[in-house]
Amino acid sequence: MTERQVTAAAGSLQPGRDAVLMSSAYHSAADMIAGPFEWFGNLGIFFWQVIKAAVTPPYEWRELVRQLDEVGSKSLPLVALAGAAIGVVISLEARYSLSRFGAKSLFPATLVYTVIQVMGPIITGLVVSGRVGAGMGAELASMKVTEQIDAIEASAINPYRLLAATRILACILMLPLLTLAADACGLLTGWFAQALVEPLSFHQFIEAGFKGATFNAFLPPTFKTTVYGLIIGLIACFQGMRTRGGAEGVGRAATNSVVLASLFLILADVVLVKFILVVFP
Amino acid sequence: MATIHDIAMKQEEHDQGGSVPAVAVRNVEKAFGPHQVLNGISLEVNRGETLAVLGRSGTGKSVLLRLIIGLDKPDSGSVCIYGQDIAGLTLDQIGAIRMKMGFLFQHAALYDSLTVAENVAFPLQHHRREMSRSERSDRVTQLLAEVGMDGSLDKMPSDISGGMQKRVGLARALALEPDILLLDEPTAGLDPISSGEINDLILQLQREHHMASIVVTHDLHSARTIASHIALLNEENVVIEGSYEDLQHSEIAFVKEFLKQS
Repeated sequence: MTERQVTAAAGSLQPGRDAVLMSSAYHSAADMIAGPFEWFGNLGIFFWQVIKAAVTPPYEWRELVRQLDEVGSKSLPLVALAGAAIGVVISLEARYSLSRFGAKSLFPATLVYTVIQVMGPIITGLVVSGRVGAGMGAELASMKVTEQIDAIEASAINPYRLLAATRILACILMLPLLTLAADACGLLTGWFAQALVEPLSFHQFIEAGFKGATFNAFLPPTFKTTVYGLIIGLIACFQGMRTRGGAEGVGRAATNSVVLASLFLILADVVLVKFILVVFP
Repeated sequence: MATIHDIAMKQEEHDQGGSVPAVAVRNVEKAFGPHQVLNGISLEVNRGETLAVLGRSGTGKSVLLRLIIGLDKPDSGSVCIYGQDIAGLTLDQIGAIRMKMGFLFQHAALYDSLTVAENVAFPLQHHRREMSRSERSDRVTQLLAEVGMDGSLDKMPSDISGGMQKRVGLARALALEPDILLLDEPTAGLDPISSGEINDLILQLQREHHMASIVVTHDLHSARTIASHIALLNEENVVIEGSYEDLQHSEIAFVKEFLKQS
């Protein structure tokens, strides 16, 4: 071929190559936009499968009890420690801030309301999301890539009932109890940190802190953690049970379980706080 | 929709000389994305028969087993167990059918948080709740003794070899006394002596339980030993189906090459 013929041939290829590039860019953009919708759609389908399985017998009571222990008992030390640490932090910050405005007498109520209404639930949720979410996501992902979930299904056992429903229900039931533990530890260490600086009996602290309080002030924030439990369990099970890709997939499932559960938990808190303020004024 | 009673009735009809095959795959197609794996496959297996499915790696043999047990759905065609098409069934409906099927996975797929005995007991705990603990324990010991693993009851799957895991997987597949047994590469990775023992075990199970069995394997010797007929897959379909002698006398180039290399 002459140089002119080669140039002409290359020129004639250019429109085709541009079309391929544009098509590739279009599909990438479409995937980016459609991806989240597809994810939420699959999550919805998964959730529906779990609900159907959870309400039809035979029920997996033994596995539920095992998961209650796994989620509740084994998270308790970490949650208690986190609650205790937060109690001290709030105590130190509150004392400093309140002193500046001459409102030291409000310290007990500030600590009690801050721990029980705000920090206790969210810290519990984030700690459990990290520990339980990662563990569940990794365990189920590992079972998925080694065909153990397929083996459960091939044995005529519903994996949504045995694996997902039990774990999600355990998270829903245990989060409020863990929150109470975190609150108790936070109040105890918060009082102790204050008592080291200014003598204040625990009885005086509790009396002042809960003065004028009603159940509406404390129960809804504690029980909103059932929604946290649903988010943590659902996302961890969803990420784990649809894993692909061997060891890399297992790692990705564990990471995504924690990241997505934590993110949705915080976003849900925004909605739940507003809901509580409206419904339980 | 099928209930376990319907399946039992069909089995009884079959046992009395009825015409319903235990497993019937009809014009099944399956693709994963752009990759066509199976393209119009049709097979039948009756009780008392063992079908060996042979073929090169990647020709869809394991996919075929997954379609039969219902872990995947065909893109078109039907998969019938005792005349019941399983494609449109829900998870719980197909569970009733799976109660009469046993599946040995290629890598055993043992539950790694349970001991060997707990793995074999797992289906019994869920489906034979009327059994007492001692009855279940006896049954587990009997099953593991059949596969030569009764000395490893308390071991974890990670503590035993791949071949031993397969034996335990086979014991678990037999726990519910299935009528249909699906085996994915039962002798892969085993030494010749162990392979022979597994083959003998499969033949013994056939004689005793009169099961319909489908064995996916690339081991021609194993297929010759245990199968009543053989199906050879290539390029998304069945190239030939018949006895080993039929394969030997075939003029199809692929069949000749496959036998030559085996």
